[in-house]
Amino acid sequence: MREITYVEALREALREEMRRDGRVFLLGEDIGPYGGAFTVTKGLIEEFGPERVRDTPISESAIVGAAVGAAITGMRPVAEIMFGDLTALAMDQICNQAAKIHYMFGGQTSCPMVLRTPFGGGVNIAEHHSQSLEAWFVHVPGLKVVAPSTPYDAKGLLKSSIRDENPVVFCEHKQLYRVKGPVPEEEYLVPIGSGDVKRVGEDVTVVATMWMVHKALKAADMLAEEGIKVEVVDPRTLNPLDKKAIVESVMKTNRAVVVSEDVKTCGITAEISAVIVEEAFDYLDAPVVRIANPDAPIPFSPPLENYVIPSEERIVNAVRKIVKGEV
Amino acid sequence: MDVEAENVEQVPRDEILQLYRSMVLIRRFEDKAYELFSQNLIPGTLHLSAGQEAVAAGVCGALRNEDYVESTHRGHGHCIAKGADVKRMMAELMGKRDGYCKGKGGSMHIADFNVGILGAEGIVGAGLPIAVGAALSCKLQGLDRVVACFFGDGAANNGTFGESLNMAAIWNLPVIFVCENNLYAMSVPYFKAFAIENIADRAAGYGLPGVVVDGMDVLKVYQAASMAVSRARKGEGPTLIECKTYRWRGHSRLKSHESKLYSPDEYEQWRKRDPIEVFKAKGLLSQEEVSAIEEEAEALIREAVEYALNSPYPEPEEAVQDVYV
Repeated sequence: MREITYVEALREALREEMRRDGRVFLLGEDIGPYGGAFTVTKGLIEEFGPERVRDTPISESAIVGAAVGAAITGMRPVAEIMFGDLTALAMDQICNQAAKIHYMFGGQTSCPMVLRTPFGGGVNIAEHHSQSLEAWFVHVPGLKVVAPSTPYDAKGLLKSSIRDENPVVFCEHKQLYRVKGPVPEEEYLVPIGSGDVKRVGEDVTVVATMWMVHKALKAADMLAEEGIKVEVVDPRTLNPLDKKAIVESVMKTNRAVVVSEDVKTCGITAEISAVIVEEAFDYLDAPVVRIANPDAPIPFSPPLENYVIPSEERIVNAVRKIVKGEV
Repeated sequence: MDVEAENVEQVPRDEILQLYRSMVLIRRFEDKAYELFSQNLIPGTLHLSAGQEAVAAGVCGALRNEDYVESTHRGHGHCIAKGADVKRMMAELMGKRDGYCKGKGGSMHIADFNVGILGAEGIVGAGLPIAVGAALSCKLQGLDRVVACFFGDGAANNGTFGESLNMAAIWNLPVIFVCENNLYAMSVPYFKAFAIENIADRAAGYGLPGVVVDGMDVLKVYQAASMAVSRARKGEGPTLIECKTYRWRGHSRLKSHESKLYSPDEYEQWRKRDPIEVFKAKGLLSQEEVSAIEEEAEALIREAVEYALNSPYPEPEEAVQDVYV
């Protein structure tokens, strides 16, 4: 199968959905001739024109609000917020408007919009451009939250998100944009709410999200040399969470390590661990181990940033310990 | 734009009747809602628009059924004037299942997508970007529709105000931004929150026309709105209309003007400019027409209260339904 990057996969998803459905349009900062800060929309303005690939002023609240207003009146907007950190400027429109409009008005209308935004660190751009804030949105009923880790998942999930009748926060990752992977030429969808076993193993389950999936896979390679067989489960969607995929894996391996790049307190690892404890407690041979960022902002200097973001080494060490019964 | 000149002869007769009908129905609805609230038949809180009827009636009078309105937490009047069913509104205020939102939204969240009411907002200023998006949607779909976005003076100090006026102006969108300046953002008087005399002056900074209207005169509001709607429909872009108005009651729970501190005789002065009385004094309607409209409004409100009282409460487990489509 051909291999393309995560960015190319996202761009293909946008292009295909825009060709398929005239109601789909894009709005965001620098997404037009510039092609988006991470080049996801590069070339789309040439095909679809400035009406459907719409450069906006730096007005995050109005970008998301305009998407909401368009969505409830018959369009299918895909808004881009240049960095996930900047969603803070649009939180009312995301969490109080988009998320609640269907419910609050008694089901009279729906808000079929996608908010695309990149999260994650590792590129030394400090506190305001590096956070992983997916949990903010998982905490708001009414939003779906999607977090793909591979080009294949990114394309299939973005297409599903655009077709979904609900508002979807589509989380991308700055480290993953240049990652290549197999993507079929023919059309396919990845359903929202379905997890994926990225590597099969028997000894321990590592549940990981986004960039951490890749770190978990590298850790699994290293551990395989020691005879430890790691199963890597990627939820792919954070809300709705594929609890079944996670729980079934833990029932098989009896051990769970949960890895995510957001802060530990009330974060993604907290929720997934709680699911495992609630639904597979009797199968556990060891306490669930969480690997997440410490409760600190993301600092600038490389040694500082490397310290807070979970490393392959931390995953390897945690797995060794849990397998040896040291936790 | 000059809206000082009143060309009453240019307003169609049935429009004149409709403007009065809207105002009277809003006033009766708000008075009855206040009574029911005082009897604890309406739970929660209530933001009444009595005193501001001319703005809702005048603006919505200039719209077509398929045009959109974006409303506020003080939004009963906008919904009534746009054609919402007062029975389902009253049922929603009481938290009943036959209410517009099946009891999920209450007084602050009335919506009726069949008559273009995109919903009332509980968050001050949140409706402006949504109105911009609805207008963009109309433009992209090639629909000949306009969006009227109501908001208060308080919202004009929120960041969404600038973001939205700018976006509507650069994209030349068919929006009418209607600022209901009732002189109070909850308890804070206008002069403490603004360093300018007119909010409409801010329009110039975003490149759209701004106009100040006597918000107690429904014909002036109607005419200003009609000009803005006409501009919008012709593709000439958005307009900001500031309506100087006043609310008879406190922000929500407060009983009356007692909470207000602007000036001692302020309330009495504004009461003399009651939009319903101002309109009647113009002598455009016969006594028979006035009586007929008032009786009709009474009957509609009686019917609405009965409907709402007889409607069941939702089943508790409905609380977790409709979170997702």
